[in-house]
Amino acid sequence: MKTEPFVVSFGPQHPSTHGVFRMRLTLDGEQITDLDMVIGYLHRSMEKLAEERSFTQNIPFTDRTDYISAMTGNLAYVLAAEKLCGIEPPERAQWLRVIMSELQRFASHSMAVGFLANDCGAWQTPIMHMLRDREKVLDLFEMACGARLTTNYMRIGGLSRDIPPEFMPAARKLIAELPKRMDEYEDLLLENEIIVIRSRGIGVLPAELAIASSVSGPMLRGSGVAWDIRKADPYAAYDKIDFDICVGTNGDVYDRFLVRLAEMRQSIRILEQALDMIPAGPVHAQIATATVQPEGVPSAPLALRPPAGEAYGRIESPRGELGFYVVSDGGPAPYRFHIRSPSYINLTPLKEMVVGMTVADAVMILGSVDIVLGEVDR
Amino acid sequence: MPFDPSTGSGLRAGPILAEWYDLRDLGNAVGAFLDWIRDQGAPDWVPYVVSGLIGVVAILLWVILSQLAFIWIERRVIGRMQARIGPNRVGPQGLLQPIADTIKLFLKEAITSRKVDRALFWAGPVLIFMPALAVLAVIPFGSGMFLTDLNVGVLFVIAVASVNTVAVFVAGWASNNKFALLGAMRTVAMLISYELIQVLALLGVVLFAGSMRMGAVVDWQSDFNTWVLFLQPLAFIAFIIASAVEIGRSPMDISEAESEIVASYHTEYSGIKFGFFYAAEYIAAFAVCAIIVTLYLGGWTAWGLEEWVPGWLLFLGKLYLTFFLFVWTRGTLPRLRIDQLMAFAWKFLLPLVLLNVLVTGAEVLIWREGDLSAGLALPIFGAVNAGLAVALILGWATFMGHMRPEHRAKRAVLTRSWARYITLHRPRQTSP
Repeated sequence: MKTEPFVVSFGPQHPSTHGVFRMRLTLDGEQITDLDMVIGYLHRSMEKLAEERSFTQNIPFTDRTDYISAMTGNLAYVLAAEKLCGIEPPERAQWLRVIMSELQRFASHSMAVGFLANDCGAWQTPIMHMLRDREKVLDLFEMACGARLTTNYMRIGGLSRDIPPEFMPAARKLIAELPKRMDEYEDLLLENEIIVIRSRGIGVLPAELAIASSVSGPMLRGSGVAWDIRKADPYAAYDKIDFDICVGTNGDVYDRFLVRLAEMRQSIRILEQALDMIPAGPVHAQIATATVQPEGVPSAPLALRPPAGEAYGRIESPRGELGFYVVSDGGPAPYRFHIRSPSYINLTPLKEMVVGMTVADAVMILGSVDIVLGEVDR
Repeated sequence: MPFDPSTGSGLRAGPILAEWYDLRDLGNAVGAFLDWIRDQGAPDWVPYVVSGLIGVVAILLWVILSQLAFIWIERRVIGRMQARIGPNRVGPQGLLQPIADTIKLFLKEAITSRKVDRALFWAGPVLIFMPALAVLAVIPFGSGMFLTDLNVGVLFVIAVASVNTVAVFVAGWASNNKFALLGAMRTVAMLISYELIQVLALLGVVLFAGSMRMGAVVDWQSDFNTWVLFLQPLAFIAFIIASAVEIGRSPMDISEAESEIVASYHTEYSGIKFGFFYAAEYIAAFAVCAIIVTLYLGGWTAWGLEEWVPGWLLFLGKLYLTFFLFVWTRGTLPRLRIDQLMAFAWKFLLPLVLLNVLVTGAEVLIWREGDLSAGLALPIFGAVNAGLAVALILGWATFMGHMRPEHRAKRAVLTRSWARYITLHRPRQTSP
């Protein structure tokens, strides 16, 4: 029987493309024969805008690239800028950065896992339960820096301010109740027959292809490659902490799901250690090159002129390797500002994963990549 | 039963209680009113038409009220399941929320895009509304409370409910939208498969009761002081699953999979036309719950309790409990893929319900031929069928490979060192 290809435009306005991503699917019945990815609907030209603003003014941009995990965006950028200036932040700031990153990783992964269940058709229930925990993490952020989503907390040379005294008891209380929640989620999601048959063997990404496509984060680890920048190139205080890398075996949607849930447990483990080991002291280094820095207690500089040169700062964000490449020509603003965003690069093997699957699977596979469109389009 | 104008039987079968004001049986009031019309010397067709109109209006009113209640119950219950409160602002406990929603839907613009097939685009919401309502004509809501007690009631229910498929396809095709068409095609494939399961599941009930009249099935359950549920557990489960498919409830809400194909066949509908689809979904849920209650859960009777409590209240209680089951699955289960759902119908449910029909036929034959007393035969049949249901479901699941280790949960591998652990595995891709 002669049939015509059926082209469906999935997005940019679609409930499960996680923003304004567009998949142009060519279908044969329910089966996908071709996929075009269309991006750029959320392009805000951040890299160019950053060249017009001072190094400190660029920090709020990093909140808005990956708006689901602003703290890690802050951290990657200030690491690059600190390398450029040669600043070593004080010990307490390093530990607070670990605490904030891990809280953020927990919050971000709960959204990823919850929305994956949503894409699988679990009508809002898992995501509502997961958002309940995320809200508590956001409460902690609000306590620390006054904002919940676009935190703008890290500064070049430390942090914008120290945590208030009520932060530690609240954080300990939250950390104590999270393992119980994790048991619940693992029982409900990982052992659900429907989730198992919907995600096992779907969207398989072989380790070779994952490495060749430069994929990172839970997607790479789901394919069975134990690569984690927290271990491979430790930053902040991660070299002093005991934790494991979580690895999948088959590289399918289920394994990515599994790795994210296991990483949430590891985040709790890191937080337990970090909350005990954090020392007292200042949270900001005194910076010689800062052109404007308030007198007295060390605090964030409003402007600084790093020496000419280039630096690349990278961290393990919840989505993978988030890197900032910053070039300075000695002026107050970066000469070049480039973001290596994991969401964008993780989309590379999407076509290989999706072609041959059905429409329902494509939604699951895209959900398991866990993209944030602010970061894809920048 | 043919219409007999002299007694009015055929309009209101079933026993009539002592006094017209006995509100346990609302049919009495109607009966008294019809008698009064007849006493005025009106021709025979007048009470016939009037009784029909009264029944239709009563059922419509009840259905619309129940549907508002259904929407409220679903939203509140799912709210609780999702660790939130649910609508609680409009009226006490948010009771008026469905009414506010209805007003909103009436006032919104019903957009018709330029390239739709206008006639069919209009026909879709109307067609989907009618079968759901028509099914309710044969449901006995209480003693003597039915519009008509067809002697092929069960057949009528199946036949009318399947008109739904046409309406969905009309809406999906007329919308000139690819998501709508995909959804409509999915729905047709799905409903055709699951109708077979429904028919075979109901065959067991008909075999036991020996009649296709809905009233007769209720009477049979009341006579033998049992519910068909206990005699036909396997068919009951199959029927519940098939009904969930028919009314598009999770985990079978593939026909309107929101996360995949936006809103499926009603993507292009807005305003009150969308309201019709929304209402039809709940009315269909009402109808399906009513069928389950009537055929499997004893209808308006409950082991003599109907002497003390009005039958229609018992019916309503059971109806809401059944509906809760559907809300519960919607609040907890994810969705299957279309090919998995079809495979489940043909490979899993169909063999089981076929076996069930065979076993039930044998049991009825033994019962009739062996002259066994019901008190002895029915408990034995119930126990045998329950054991058989468990054994068949587990056995068939094992046979089909659902108990194999790759269907069980696994845990992530934990490693301390980076880049030491690389699995260059041979991936297993399951082709759909």
